[in-house]
Formats: sequence, structure tokens, C-alpha cells
Amino acid sequence: MTALDTPTDEVTLTIDGVEVTAPKGALIIRVAEKLGIEIPRFCDHPLLAPVGACRQCLVDVEGQRKPITSCTTPIADGMVVRTHLTSEVARKAQQGIMEFLLINHPLDCPVCDKGGECPLQNQAMSTGAAESRFQDVKRTYPKPINLSTQVLLDRERCVQCARCTRFSEEIAGDPFIELMDRTSDEQVNVYREEMFGGEPGPAGSHSDLGSEPLRSYFSGNTIQICPVGALTSAQYRFRSRPFDLVSTPSVCEHCAAGCAQRTDHRRGKVMRRLAGDDPAVNEEWDCDKGRFGFRYVTAFDRITEPMVRDPQTGALRAAAWSEALAVAAEGLRRARDSSGGVGVLTGGRLTVEDAYAYSKFARIALRTNDVDFRARPLSTEEADFLAAAVAGRQGPTYAEVEQASAVVLAGLEPEEECPILFLRMRKAYRKRALAVHALAPFRTTGYEKLGATVLPCAPGSEATLLAGDASLAAALSQPGAVLVVGERLGGAPGGLSAAVALAERTGARLAWVPRRAGERGALEAGCLPHLLPGGRPVTEPRARAELAGAWGLEAGVLDSRPGRDTGAILAAATAGDLGALVVAGVDPADLSDARAAEQALDAVPFLVSLELRNSAVARRADVVLPVAPTVEKAGSFLTWEGRLRPFEAVLATGAMTDARILDALASQLGVQLNTRDVPAVRAELAALPATDSPRHPPPQVAPAPPPVPADGQAVLATWHQLVDLGTLQDGDDELAGTARPSVVRLGKELATRLGVGDGDPVTVGTGTGALTLPVEVVDMVDAVVWLPTNSPGATVRRSLGAAAGALVSVSVSVSVPVSASVFVSVSPGGSR
Amino acid sequence: MAEPKSAPSRSGLVDAVKGFGVTFSHLFRKQVTIDYPDKPEPTGPRYHGRHILNRHPDGLEKCIGCELCAWACPADAIYVEGADNTETARYSPGERYASVYQINYARCIFCGLCLEACPTRSLTMSNEYELASDDRRELIFTKEELLAPLLPGMEQPPHPMRLGETEQDYYLDGLSNPGTSAGAEHVETYPGSGDAA
Ligand code: SF4
Ligand code: SF4
Ligand code: SF4
Ligand code: SF4
Ligand code: FES
Repeated sequence: MTALDTPTDEVTLTIDGVEVTAPKGALIIRVAEKLGIEIPRFCDHPLLAPVGACRQCLVDVEGQRKPITSCTTPIADGMVVRTHLTSEVARKAQQGIMEFLLINHPLDCPVCDKGGECPLQNQAMSTGAAESRFQDVKRTYPKPINLSTQVLLDRERCVQCARCTRFSEEIAGDPFIELMDRTSDEQVNVYREEMFGGEPGPAGSHSDLGSEPLRSYFSGNTIQICPVGALTSAQYRFRSRPFDLVSTPSVCEHCAAGCAQRTDHRRGKVMRRLAGDDPAVNEEWDCDKGRFGFRYVTAFDRITEPMVRDPQTGALRAAAWSEALAVAAEGLRRARDSSGGVGVLTGGRLTVEDAYAYSKFARIALRTNDVDFRARPLSTEEADFLAAAVAGRQGPTYAEVEQASAVVLAGLEPEEECPILFLRMRKAYRKRALAVHALAPFRTTGYEKLGATVLPCAPGSEATLLAGDASLAAALSQPGAVLVVGERLGGAPGGLSAAVALAERTGARLAWVPRRAGERGALEAGCLPHLLPGGRPVTEPRARAELAGAWGLEAGVLDSRPGRDTGAILAAATAGDLGALVVAGVDPADLSDARAAEQALDAVPFLVSLELRNSAVARRADVVLPVAPTVEKAGSFLTWEGRLRPFEAVLATGAMTDARILDALASQLGVQLNTRDVPAVRAELAALPATDSPRHPPPQVAPAPPPVPADGQAVLATWHQLVDLGTLQDGDDELAGTARPSVVRLGKELATRLGVGDGDPVTVGTGTGALTLPVEVVDMVDAVVWLPTNSPGATVRRSLGAAAGALVSVSVSVSVPVSASVFVSVSPGGSR
Repeated sequence: MAEPKSAPSRSGLVDAVKGFGVTFSHLFRKQVTIDYPDKPEPTGPRYHGRHILNRHPDGLEKCIGCELCAWACPADAIYVEGADNTETARYSPGERYASVYQINYARCIFCGLCLEACPTRSLTMSNEYELASDDRRELIFTKEELLAPLLPGMEQPPHPMRLGETEQDYYLDGLSNPGTSAGAEHVETYPGSGDAA
């Protein structure tokens, strides 16, 4: 090979006598890995920028006076590298570094969570000397200290590799931890006044979180990448050993990001969850909600046996499956054959397989199109948008967003509502200065970390901006631009119509990002009043015919009239126009008016609840059928991209999937559903023919004029914080402690008019109720007030009965605000 | 099939007497059978009998719930669950203790590898070997059964550390602080058997 043949971006070098050609700029340690040569390392991490902090990866390079760190040195043409495998110099250098690292490392292995899966243990065995020459007293610290309520730090175990600090700064953008002090006192810590001459925190440093705790939604990742046991989680500390655990690959059930995870269980109990490695989706990260939020499954109010309402006492009592199914089937049959019919609310948390079973059950066993998965504020425009622009389409992927020329966010705060999308965008922003534009009432910290250009926009006026703003159109006109709309845009009249039009006009790709893991799957499964599985409109004869063929139905069984949506179903129930209701994982407190929803549940003559826990729905139900939680069943979720994320059961319990229960219920109604087991449903879904029926037309809703607040009023802006009172986060006070504080945010002008400053109590009210919280004055569109949707002290849906865009009254509160400090752990106690 | 009959010979008679001679001579030798269970013999001093979870001199448990014994066990006979000591409920010095500790004697092969693994010398073996039972469940010994009894001067945990401020004071003093297991040793009951391993 002559030099001319060599592509200029490749170089050839020798490692341990093996000649290898690799792309220019690659690091020695990566190229060696490709050859199967493992160089010991601590600080090196493929997704973090190299630092050369630990010096463990020393190798001998010909022509260099001293061994050099292979994790920071790029390869060069003709380089001759010798690792510890072939060079005595490299071997001794690594051994020496290991001896230094162990000088101050405590003999903690027996009580250290990392013991058994510890890179330091392993590499001390493979690389270190058998004997220690160190005779002195080791450096010790009080242990452990809290970096947050969840993350604990044992400083003497730290090897100062800076993985955690680099992760927090580079990946998450939350630089709350840093290496401090010098020499052997160097330590990772959060900012603490006392270290700089201030007053120390309360005695007993265990509970002292420091002056600025590690406030990050991604803090759990630092625990996972720490190469020693210095960082541990309060949740898992001392719970088990690696050899106790059975590990199962799993998929997170919390949000539409669809993270790959690993679930470790011991004797039938989940001990911890770790981020899985999936370069196409979550890379190696996950968020704290997904990592720590799994204890809801073992909550005290888990339902384990069917219950029926006793006609005599009026109370729920345990029943055998056969009895419960018979009672449910009888009630549903009567309602179905009455004039009101049966409504089905599935909620956004089902697997694709379960959602499909509900969709099929509603259509052929209950003969209704009254099925809706949306348990949140919703609109007809949204349903039309989903049918026209989302169902059946493979959205832009994570990779496309990462490579996009520009991203426009509307109705989405990705850090709070789709954390892994946020991380991907932040990566693109850091690596290639991705231009992010966001329509939002104020610049959140999330937008800040994305370097986003925020187009100030009061809730409800997104449509006007999307339709008319020239900068948005210009950004989206570049090839490869992506318009990302969140589920909240559905609450802005005309917003989704404008988004479709804008995407069409500019040629940008359009992505819809719901918040819950099951929403996209339910959409594809046809849990909408006017949509059959596979994006088939119910009104299209060809669509119905295709499905009738696949399901072996006679013509005319599938109703051609679109059904009622969640709002209409509940309204019908309140008005007495509904015979029965089948409800899956729906929390009335998530609907735009929680109290009205509960009244509807009270009013409906017959209520069947398929539930995990004794929820607000189960308590009102006539028949309660216990279902399997995600860990106890196989299934699949669809990410916001439309990517299928199948998973198998982690725990083998007898718990039944919704699909299996519906199958049994259907056979009591004389209908074969064939959804008994997951493989059968998967096979049936795979066998569904591709549709060639016309698509549903996109919505064309004109923007509504934004509401005009009167004096003392403001427009409500609200979205969920990632860590909040969600029922799937119950049971973990340490996680709850890392939530962001509940505050009411408003702009300077409004603050001046009210005469309030940061921390003053402000009351936000509607006809339904009022919330009082400390104020945070931000750069906000005037006459807009922001509240977290479902955080301690800020249960907007229940207390205000309002959704974003509503007019609320704002006043200075004379009473003391409900203390909603983050670090008072607020446990909802599973009551919701 | 019968052997051809031969008349009793002189040599045959002598053989028979010889045979009795062997029996007879044993009557005057030292007896090898023992009077078990009325008078059980002491075991060898390092005999591997049932385990003991030892205590520090103030009664705190030496076990830190580290599971290393369970890890070392080739028969998978040990089950441990660790937990946090708290300010209000302390069972061992330091942060961690065993909230569950079980040894299943239906599995244990008395190899003693667990003792070698134990970093705190919490786990030792007594000479007690009378473990037979007609119920499998009784063969799973719980922490309460395995813990050494309280000796005079010991206090039933949970209680605060009495021997110092931190766990260091328990461990740095390790050599002069053997704690005790004596109360649970079979040796006490059968004097003359020497020290336990
Ligand atoms: S970090 Fe590793 S080597 Fe250190 S105490 Fe923990 S297990 Fe042992
Ligand atoms: S705490 Fe862990 S990850 Fe952070 S610097 Fe220390 S050893 Fe590295
Ligand atoms: S980002 Fe979403 S899917 Fe990923 S771990 Fe967090 S909640 Fe789960
Ligand atoms: S007996 Fe020893 S090895 Fe076993 S858990 Fe207790 S301290 Fe660890
Ligand atoms: S791995 Fe190379 S210096 Fe740490």
C-alpha cells in the first residue's frame, strides 16, 4: 500500500505488535479496545470528554520519555504503542498508579455497595501489586454525606476520576458537584457554606444536603458510572450484592422516551434499576424518575384479588375471578344493549399489546367506538392531528434530532417531559451547536441548558406564532429541521393545525412527543374514538373492511360512526347517558377537571376498573379486576419516535395482563378476543395488513384569539415537573426529595403590579379553588402565571380544575404559603 | 450345589477355637464404642460444628451484614440481608448490620469457608454437632438462634456504641477485643474438650 492509497482520515499504528488502521483522532484506548486489548481505566468514559484524571491507563509509546495516558492521546501514523501486556514499563507504571490510588482507599469493600462489581476491586486484582507498602493512617471523612436526598457520597472511596462531575456538567448540564480542595484532600462535593467559612449545616452531616444540593434529574447516572463505591443511592444502599441479583433487560414504563434499562431483582423483589446501553435511544443514560421510581408496585394498596360491590352492604368485597368476571360481563352486557352503551377509558400507561386488546374489546365485545386513551386535557383537533399526522408514521428519530439543522419546540419542555430527548438535544447543542427554538412563556433552566432561543408565548397563542413567525419558518426551512410538538400543544386551539401546516410549508419533519410511555402505543392500537388499529379511520369503509377481514368479522359489526372522546364520555356519564364504563390506568386527577371526572365516575351506573392499586377509580368501581404491573408482564411500548420497545417479564408472578383479563371477559360476552397471551397479540399485530385506506385529513382549526386577562387575572401556564406527585413515583421519599420546589412563577410586570418579590406567597385561584405558593419572579410574558401541574402544594387539576390557557385570578396571599420545600419529603401516601 | 461333606477334623476344631480367641481377646482391650447420647464424647478442639454470630464486649453484633460469608459458601446455605443502623436503632458498630441472617443446616457442609470470608470475625463455628431434626424448617437457623448469648456486661441491641465514638474504636482495638462466643460453645457443657477453633 502506498501512502497515496491511504485515505487521509485514517492512520496506521502498532499496538502490542499488531498493526491497526483507525480513523485519525481516535484515542489509543478506543483503538486498543477494538483489538481486544483492555487497558485499565477509571476516568475514561466513551461518552464523556477525556480528562486524564486517574492516570491508570498509562501505556508505553515509542519515542516518549515517560508512559502516557492512552485515554487522552490520539493515535498518530506510525505510532508504536506497548501496553502492560508487552511492556514492563507500562505494567510497572500502572501498578504504581494503582498503589497510589489504594493508599487512601478504605478497606470498605465488605460494607460497600460496589463490592462485587467494582472496577477498582477488579483492576486492583488484575493490575495492582499483591502487597501494599503503605504503613500510615489513611485519610478518612465522616461518611456518608448527602449530595441530595438520593445520592450519597463516601469521600474516602473516591478516586477523583471526575466522571460524576463531568457527567453533571457536560451531559446533564447541572454542575452542582465539583472537585474541591487540593492534594490528598481533594474531594467531590456540593457547595457548602462551611467549607468557605460559613456556618456549618445542622449537626449530623448525614442529613445535611449542603447549601446547594445536587439538583439534577439525572443524578442516578453518576452513581452508575462512578468506578468505585463513592457514590451510592439511598434507595439501594446495603440492599443486596451483585451475586444476589437476577438481572433482566427491561424498558422504562414512565415516559415516552423509552429508555432501555436493566432491572435487578432479588427473591421476587426489585432492588434497583440501571440504565441500559442503547445507542439509538438512551445511549447509556436514564433519568432519576425511571431509575428510582419502581416502588409503586409494592405499595400497600396494591390490589391482589378481584373485588365486586356487594349489593347488600354497598361495599367492595373480595371475589373469585369467576364471580368477578361474570358480574362484570353481565353488567357490561346490559349496558351495551341499553341505549347508553359502554365507554372505555384506557389511560396512557398501557403496553401496545394491552391497548390493542382494549381497542378490540371495545369494538367487537362492547360494539362501541367510545374509547379514548387520553387521560389529560384534550381536544378534537388533537385527535384529528394524531390520526392524520402521527398514527402509522415513523417519526423522526433521536439520531435525526441530534443531526437536525434546527429544532423547534412547541408545547414541550423536554427536560421535564421527555428527559432523554432533552439529553440528546443537549448533546447536539454542545457538540455541534444545534439551534433550538422554543415557544414558551419563559426561559426554563431546561431551555437554558439547550441554549434555546425562546419565543415568548402566552399559553393559547402558540398557533398564531407557528402560523406567522418568520424566524420559525426560516429555521424550519433548512433541510433536516425538525418541529417537535408536545402533547400540551393540543391544549392551544389551532396549535396542532398550525404545526402541521408549518411542517408542510417548510418541509420540516414533525414529531409528536407525549409524556406517558403508553400514549403512542395506544394511538397505534386504535384507542381513539375515530381510529381503528393501524391508523385506520373508522369512517373509511376500506379501513373497516381490512380490519373486519383480519379479525374475521362480518361486515357491519364495526361501527362506522366515530365514538365519544374522554371528555364526552365523562360528560355523558354525568348526564346519565352512559350505561357503563370500563377504566384502565386512569387517575381522575390527571383530567382537566378532576372533580368533574370523579362526579362522572360516581354517576355512571356500572363501573369496571382494571387496576393495580386501590385508586380513585377502583374505590368507585362495581367490579375491580387486578392487573399486572409492568415488571410482572411482557409487553412493548412505543417511544415518541414510534420505535417498538418490547420487553419480557422481570418477575414471574401470577398477575394477569389487561389483555388476558379482557380476553376472559370477552368470552363471557360470547366473543373470541384472542388476546390471552402476549405472543399471540404480537403475532396478531404483526399479521395486520398494511392499510391502504385514505388517511384521516389533518385538522384545520383556526387560531382562537388568546384569552384577555382582566385586572387581577392572568393566563395559566402549567406543565408537569419530572419528579412530582405522579402515582408511579409513590413510595420513594428519597426520589421525592430531589423534586424541584413548587413555586408560582410570574413576570416582573405582574410582580410589580402585585407588589411581590421572590419567596412571597401568592395565591392563584379559580372558581374551583386556590393554591398558595412562594413566588419566583422570572422573565415571563406579562399576565401569565406558571404552576407545576402536580407537585406538592400545586395540584392544579384538582385544586383549580383548570388547564393551561385558562384565566386564573392572582393575588397576594396574606396567609403563610403551604410549605412545599423540596427537601421536606412529601409522600402522597398512595391515596391517589 | 451342596459342598461335599467332610468329617470334622482336628484342624477344624482348632480353627473354631481360634476364631473365638479373637473375640475373647477383644474383651480385654480398650472399648471403642461410646455411650452416646448418654455420655457424648468431646469433639476435637477445631471440630466444625454449628455457627455462632459473635458479639462485641458491649453486646453489639459483630456481623455487618456484608454477605461475604454467603458469597463464599459453596453450598449456598447462608442468606443475609443488610440494612442501615440508625441513630435510634443500632445493632452493630458502623453503618451496616444484618437485618436477616440465616444458615440452612440442610445445606451446610461445615467446610468453614464462610469463617475465612468474614471480615469482622463475626462468624465462627462451635463444636456443637447435635443438629438433627425431623423438620426441615427447623434446620434453617435464624439470626436469633445463631447469635451468641449475652454475657455479663453485655446489653441487648439495639443500643448505642458503648466502646467508643465510632466503629474505629471497635476495630482498631480488634486484637484486645475478641468479643465472645464462649456462651454458645459446646465446650462449656463438656469440660475438658479444649478451646474452640
Ligand atoms: S469501592 Fe470497590 S474497592 Fe473500594 S470499598 Fe467499595 S468495593 Fe471495595
Ligand atoms: S465520586 Fe466516583 S465518579 Fe466522582 S470523582 Fe469520585 S470516583 Fe469518580
Ligand atoms: S427518560 Fe423516561 S423512559 Fe427514560 S428513564 Fe426517564 S422516565 Fe424512563
Ligand atoms: S457473618 Fe461475617 S461475612 Fe457474614 S455477613 Fe456477617 S460480617 Fe459478613
Ligand atoms: S483512564 Fe486514562 S487517565 Fe483515567
